[in-house]
Amino acid sequence: MESKTGYTLHHPKWHRDAKPIFWWVKRWVYIGFIFRELTSVAVAYSAILMIILYRSVQSGPEAYAQMLECLSHPVMLVINVLALGAVLYHSITWFNLSPKAMVVRLGDWRVPDLMIAGGNYAGWFLISAVIAAAYILG
Amino acid sequence: MAEETITIEVLRYLPENGAEPEFQSYDVPLRSDWVVLDALNHIKDHIDGTLSYRWSCRMGVCGSCGMMINGEPVLTCAAFLTKYAPGPIRVEPLAHFPVVRDLVTEVTDFVDKLKHVKPWVVREEDKPLEEGEFKQTPAELSDFKSYTMCINCMLCYSACPVYGLEPGFAGPAALALAQRYNLDNRDEGNDERMARLSNDEGIWSCTMVGECSEACPKDVDPAGAIQRYKLAGAAEWWKSFITRKGK
Repeated sequence: MESKTGYTLHHPKWHRDAKPIFWWVKRWVYIGFIFRELTSVAVAYSAILMIILYRSVQSGPEAYAQMLECLSHPVMLVINVLALGAVLYHSITWFNLSPKAMVVRLGDWRVPDLMIAGGNYAGWFLISAVIAAAYILG
Repeated sequence: MAEETITIEVLRYLPENGAEPEFQSYDVPLRSDWVVLDALNHIKDHIDGTLSYRWSCRMGVCGSCGMMINGEPVLTCAAFLTKYAPGPIRVEPLAHFPVVRDLVTEVTDFVDKLKHVKPWVVREEDKPLEEGEFKQTPAELSDFKSYTMCINCMLCYSACPVYGLEPGFAGPAALALAQRYNLDNRDEGNDERMARLSNDEGIWSCTMVGECSEACPKDVDPAGAIQRYKLAGAAEWWKSFITRKGK
């Protein structure tokens, strides 16, 4: 006989909560996490933009000038400033998380987390400085 | 003078009624030395004997009394009432697990996942007893000691949105325990665990929200363990890729 309560003997009906689509708005930490994940779109956009820019350089001065004109449009400026902010946030959050993944030992000494994250920042600064120097020195 | 009280709102689920869970309020004495578990015991003993929940040691060792308090996964034996005063305090069963009754969750899924990662010392061949014990230096122990502190309380599973969205995910505690044995110099089960866990339901499902480590009452840092495991998994993949190419 079927039970009115809808569960079988020795096996009660479990209650399961479905995760709502906006589960992440409940806590700031989750909002920050979703935002960090979304910044990947800006990273992909920046990479594609760089490829397009490179192609325009390859195609000659006219194509490059056309590309620069397109990029100087106010809408493009706003998009690129937002993308830059998102890419910076993305890089900084991942650099700060890098000590979680990397445990470096030199003999018995474990390299402190600060030095591992600092190494990433130092590398970032060094590469940026090299690019800036190449640009300034022509 | 009347004793000060605090309201506890407990999410009650009574399967025999066939209804959806709903909150029931109880007023309990607000005592500075009482934790939420004491309040639940007071309700059970003096107000409503039908309330169901799990607990055992009352000292943060057994990992039985984990519940959601005001939306956060915590051990109720370590959550002082005064911290939540003036209240009310909302007590719910651990998130992401099916609820059997009131605050009691069904945890078979976790236990199965735990077994799947082989959280014990795996040896290719057993060493004869006469060869003596396995040696381990303090430095070798320190490499994984924090991961041994896991009490299987499952707070990390409730804090992990990935587990809530993808129940197939092995989850923080199981992966941290896998890593605990991978890093143990006596263990030889690394390859077997990697084959089981370097996939979409293992380490690569983790998107590094980091809340598992925040929720952990024993500072195990499962998020860190999983990221280290991912690094090892990536290195392993490159190694096999280069070896294949070289052939």
